[in-house]
Amino acid sequence: MTTKDIINPANLVYSKAKLMTENPMHYCPGCSHGVVHKLIAEVIEEMDIQDKTIGVAPVGCAVFAYNYIDIDWQEAAHGRAPALATAIKRLQPDKFVFTYQGDGDLAAIGTAETIHACNRGENIAIFFVNNAIYGMTGGQMAPTTLEGMKTATCPMGRNTELNGYPLKISNLLAELDGTCYVTRQSVQKMASIVRAKKAIRKAFENSMAGKGTSVVEFVSTCNSGWKMSPHDSNKWMEENMFPVYPLGDLKDTEKK
Amino acid sequence: MEDFKLMKGNEAIAHAAIRCGADGYFGYPITPQSEVMETLMDLKPWETTGMVVLQAESEVAAINMVYGGAGCGKKVMTSSSSPGMSLKQEGISYIACAELPCLIVNVMRGGPGLGTIQPSQADYFQSVKGGGHGDYRLIVLAPSTVQEMADFVGLGFDLAFKYQNPAMILADGIVGQMMEKVVLPPFKPRRTEEEVRQECPWGTTGKLPNRKRNIITSLALEAEVMENINLKLQAKYREIEKNEVRFETHHCEDADYVLVAFGSIARICEKAMEMAREEGYKVGVLRPITLFPFPTNPIKELSKKVKGFLTVEMSAGQMVEDVRLTVNGAVPVEFYGRMGGIVPSAEEILAALKEKLIK
Ligand SMILES: Cc1ncc(C[n+]2csc(CCOP(=O)(O)OP(=O)(O)O)c2C)c(N)n1
Repeated sequence: MTTKDIINPANLVYSKAKLMTENPMHYCPGCSHGVVHKLIAEVIEEMDIQDKTIGVAPVGCAVFAYNYIDIDWQEAAHGRAPALATAIKRLQPDKFVFTYQGDGDLAAIGTAETIHACNRGENIAIFFVNNAIYGMTGGQMAPTTLEGMKTATCPMGRNTELNGYPLKISNLLAELDGTCYVTRQSVQKMASIVRAKKAIRKAFENSMAGKGTSVVEFVSTCNSGWKMSPHDSNKWMEENMFPVYPLGDLKDTEKK
Repeated sequence: MEDFKLMKGNEAIAHAAIRCGADGYFGYPITPQSEVMETLMDLKPWETTGMVVLQAESEVAAINMVYGGAGCGKKVMTSSSSPGMSLKQEGISYIACAELPCLIVNVMRGGPGLGTIQPSQADYFQSVKGGGHGDYRLIVLAPSTVQEMADFVGLGFDLAFKYQNPAMILADGIVGQMMEKVVLPPFKPRRTEEEVRQECPWGTTGKLPNRKRNIITSLALEAEVMENINLKLQAKYREIEKNEVRFETHHCEDADYVLVAFGSIARICEKAMEMAREEGYKVGVLRPITLFPFPTNPIKELSKKVKGFLTVEMSAGQMVEDVRLTVNGAVPVEFYGRMGGIVPSAEEILAALKEKLIK
């Protein structure tokens, strides 16, 4: 086989998603955000909805999501993405509208906006990257930080007496009549990436079918914040995060 | 013959919003302005014009819905009263920085804190000087009649879109609650999707192949870039100051003393002016209609010929600071105000005028 044969498009097994821009990513090597971005870009491309999709970026590490996926974007205030998405979708019902949020954004400062958007059954998709830490601000405790887990603001480990318990926000959202699909995924392995991508596609499809709110949680790593190598982070996630945030569908139905 | 209707100022806002082709209203109930959303829910514009009306879970959510809607190039608005306006400030700062048009209505009540549901004008600083973080300005319109409540909805949207800047109707509880006759603006259809794309090419209306993706953001980490954004905003505010000053005067031509007041208090000042004139005192009234931009030049001109100004407000004295800055010591600028929801009477104002200025 010559080099020419190898670069023959017929032999292509992997490529950059077409809707990913050329901007160099600011994410740390090994971070889950980059993979989730790519999957969203691929789904938008495969569904051929670039001209109909509007993303709402959070405040958090993904604040610059708009630099990477070639669609229209709005950058919300910290925690308010579901409120923006509510209005964008209601004022442009023919559009696919999604939010992209971290755990601090979605489950601490924006808890009210998240719960009420889901409870109204807004026909939007919520992509939720749960890395159990505040990545952007330098690794402080998040609502999702595990018991005993050390962060900059709980250096002795999360103490439930002082800080309460890891917030399983997706379980809570699954209880709401307005959500149709709540699922927990991860992106650390090929097989999990394939499943996560299917979940993203389903969330987009639900939003256009008017079924209600779809929430896709990605149990993720933050190797910088966790102070581990990317490889160790994945292992740590599997061993420590998955028991608290088990993967799989929490809800798959139509809104009431 | 014109079609007069009798209604509250808050109701007039709701009717005018539908008639001027608004696309969306997002609000959270609070006295004394709840009739705005109640009237909209009653009129069901989603069945006629297609306007979206949504009760949000908080003022924070409501202003961020406005942020989202405005980012799509839509004509969107919210209304609230003082405590709710405090919650909206973060969102307003974002909208101002992202240079998006929208209309915000504040029907002021007495504060600070939970305060009272009685009328007040003590949110002047918050509305005119910024309110949220950073250097930004709102275009602030101060209605004194139910008619102006109706008219300023269309005007507010026009100015907001002209300058891509949030506009505010800063009303007091009196104008919101009182009933007066009003001629509602004529019906204007909502813009079509195509018209929105034309008028707001920056909007998140979906990235078509013929343009770059649109990004609505207020973030610029590099100091130089952020300073340039600020310089651009400041240039816009200077332009607004040049073009959009609105005010009204009564008997200022021959006046020795001028009462300066906005909103419903200006009407009480007119009464005080009439009483003073009956007693032989030459008194006039200047009513700023735009609080930002402030009518600096007309006040400066008057300061060359009058003996003094009395600023009257339902606050501890906020606008008076701008009057003093403008007059710059040329003649005395005195203040009379009531707080906590008390409305000063014409008699009180006249007495204050005599005591503080005429002597
Ligand atoms: C009102 C407000 N409060 C605080 C901040 C500071 N801040 C920025 S990002 C962030 C936490 C983000 O964490 P998370 O949502 O978990 O996302 P990650 O960075 O981990 O992806 C905080 C507290 C802010 N920008 N705005």
